[in-house]
Amino acid sequence: MKNDVLLRMENISKSFPGVRALNNVSFELKGGTTHALMGENGAGKSTLMKCLFGVYEKDSGEIYLDGEAVEFKNSKDALNHGVAMVHQELNQALKLTVAENMWLGRFPRYVESLPFLNTREMIRKTKEVLLSLGIDTDPEMKMERMSVSERQMIEIAKAVSYNAKVIVFDEPTSSLNGEEAEKLFAIIEKLKTDGCGIIYISHKMEEILRISDEVTVMRDGVHIATRDAKSITTDEIIRLMVGRELTERYPERKRNIGKPLLEARGISAEYSHLSDVSFTLHRGEILGISGLDGAGRTELLENIFGTATRKSGELFLDGKKIRNDNPRESIKNGFAFVTEERRSAGIFGILGIRENTVISSLSSFLRGPLLSKRLMNEKTKEYIKRLNIKTPSEETKIRSLSGGNQQKVIFARWLLTEPTVLLLDEPTRGIDVGAKYEIYQLIGELAERGCGVILVSSEMPELLGLCDRIMVMSGGRLAGTVEPSASQEEIMSLAAKYV
Amino acid sequence: MEENKSYREKIAGAFHGMGNNVKDKFKEFNSLSRDDKRKKIVDTLLNNAMFIMIILAVIVIAIMKPRFLSTASVINIISLTAARLPIALGIAGAIVLTGTDISAGRAVGLTACITAAFLQSAGYSSKIFPGLDPLPIPVVILAVVLVGAAIGFVNGFFVAKFKLHPFIVTLSTQLIIYGLILLFLQIGSNGGQTLSGLDGKYLDFIAGPLFKVGGIAIPKYVLYSVILTAVMWVIWNKTTFGKNMFAVGSNEEAANVSGVNVFLTVIGVFVLAGIMYAITGFIEGARIGSAASYTGLNYESDAIAACVIGGVSFVGGTGKIGGIVIGVLLLQIIFVGLNFLSVDQNLLYIIKGLIILLACAIDMRKYLARK
Repeated sequence: MKNDVLLRMENISKSFPGVRALNNVSFELKGGTTHALMGENGAGKSTLMKCLFGVYEKDSGEIYLDGEAVEFKNSKDALNHGVAMVHQELNQALKLTVAENMWLGRFPRYVESLPFLNTREMIRKTKEVLLSLGIDTDPEMKMERMSVSERQMIEIAKAVSYNAKVIVFDEPTSSLNGEEAEKLFAIIEKLKTDGCGIIYISHKMEEILRISDEVTVMRDGVHIATRDAKSITTDEIIRLMVGRELTERYPERKRNIGKPLLEARGISAEYSHLSDVSFTLHRGEILGISGLDGAGRTELLENIFGTATRKSGELFLDGKKIRNDNPRESIKNGFAFVTEERRSAGIFGILGIRENTVISSLSSFLRGPLLSKRLMNEKTKEYIKRLNIKTPSEETKIRSLSGGNQQKVIFARWLLTEPTVLLLDEPTRGIDVGAKYEIYQLIGELAERGCGVILVSSEMPELLGLCDRIMVMSGGRLAGTVEPSASQEEIMSLAAKYV
Repeated sequence: MEENKSYREKIAGAFHGMGNNVKDKFKEFNSLSRDDKRKKIVDTLLNNAMFIMIILAVIVIAIMKPRFLSTASVINIISLTAARLPIALGIAGAIVLTGTDISAGRAVGLTACITAAFLQSAGYSSKIFPGLDPLPIPVVILAVVLVGAAIGFVNGFFVAKFKLHPFIVTLSTQLIIYGLILLFLQIGSNGGQTLSGLDGKYLDFIAGPLFKVGGIAIPKYVLYSVILTAVMWVIWNKTTFGKNMFAVGSNEEAANVSGVNVFLTVIGVFVLAGIMYAITGFIEGARIGSAASYTGLNYESDAIAACVIGGVSFVGGTGKIGGIVIGVLLLQIIFVGLNFLSVDQNLLYIIKGLIILLACAIDMRKYLARK
């Protein structure tokens, strides 16, 4: 069984309007091995997996499972064929029990044709699966009472209960601590010895090199290389991922750090674990914030901008005390906030680019009591040109643009408010490399002009390449501040300080 | 002179743009494969199914009953459209916010009753306020507008403050308003009776002839309806409030982050809607010649149907004033047409229901994620 090809994806292509997301990508997974799939955000990893699971319909290409051509209609269909995915964001019915989640949609019944559930049988089978994986959890426990890591284990157990031969892990350790990750690796090891093939998507080099047998790197929707994990180094992977030397990825800028601009003292949140964060942001400075998921980075920005409720703490802008109790006040004070969730808290999908651009500075387009469409069109066109936004017209619905162009529209929206403090939460997530570079340039320009920028990012190289200082958060607190010359290890250890 | 020139250029530009647009679309269409072409045609037909059906209906009815297209009949349709337009313009705002407003009909009823009560003619024998002479018309208008605004404020406040779904809020307020109507009609010795015997000046102000076409009068309220439509168009398209409304309807979270005052926007939309219902009520009293507890009943369902037919989607963030006008007009054409065909009144409800269902289904088609 081992080393036989279990899953083969051949010449998969997929295009979206304006973007070639996958271009003739091939991928092979052997039984009893772990195959890491790597690439920057937007490289096409998740698109490839979505084509595998039938979430997207591929334009061309073939998928073979155990040598047989397959085409899954949806993830349920894939699961029934023994191909499972453990998602980054778990999709579980939290109000139900472990056992109910595991057998959802195929509850054991006394008689197959009658709708009466055999609860005892369900619990017995759940125990059996959990035991086989060495997971010690009560099958009747409600999911909402369990930690993320435990819930992830249940998701894996569910895959096993379907006799899954191929299991895809999408950033499984992003919200796990060290100990929990070890547990996960042990289970993956066990699945491998049982003959399963594992596709492992992660950004974390160390764990990739440790647990995988093969590494495939993708970039810009193209398969770049597949190598033996034993013989490849971190540097080589990065080089393959980026396609050029790391130093070229960030634009040069004049560093011109001025007087203190924003001072935060003891910021604590009412409804999250964010507690007692103090820092000073200077004019012309790009201040990075690093940390694991759930470290409180987004919460900090939300508290500064007034979209979340502050429990205590003070803000000073140019030495003057400000409140920033709500976004309107913050915008008046010269703040801008590019949110992490572009789709749910950034764009107005159904509205045009013009409406998306002018919404935060509408009053500047008033001529008397009425809005001037001509002025709005002019400004929008100006920014389409200036930020190189690729769109047929200023009236195009923003949801039809690519992620990078959508993000540029959001930047245009904020630039129109003439901000002095920019709060950027993962501004380059899910954006192709070219647009990323343009956004870096823009951030650099704004800093050169004397704005203060706070940049939250999960991409370490981005922080190290762009920022003047990096604050590391951990467990809702400030764990330390480092220079951009710091090593990734140094930052990682700070990030784990209060976990 | 300068202005004149720029205006002409503008128009030329607009036509030029339109020409290009059509040409581009045609070119795009020609570049498609045969299958895609067929799909595109089917899509276009389906997306405009309501219009196509209604045009067909008009043709069929006009052939069967040529009188359907007589001057009198056309003016009748226009008048009915004008009477139902303000309420639809109000409800449309709530739909743009992904909400709805089922208190609209009762709000019309209450304001119609208040209007009638204060404008009963001096000599009428069974008045609700026996000693009271008719109040000046502007005073009554102001009063009902305030009442409508208050209803809208209550609706909007509960939606904005407690994040309740507008359906629940307006379901409740609709009951409360009905109770108020019944209590109001009990005042004095009225005993719940219909309020009639309305003042001549008021009747003339609303239903008097604006001008005549072929000997048939167009009532004055058609003009008021046109004015209201223009005002609403300006509010929707030319004010910050309008832009904010569409932003909140499209993505409330993003609107908040972008500095839109979501709370005030939501309240504003409902207050504006309340004012529209009040004006509908004010017109309705004179149009019908009386007001009673059942005045305005179910008006909201016609208004919502008209909005959906006119492209104001429950998905939120989309809708045009022009679409609403067409929606109301088309619905009235159907109702009048069915009357011409002497379709059973009871059957009419079934047909209305089917039209709303069909319109919503066709509308949703556009927003379903397609793989």
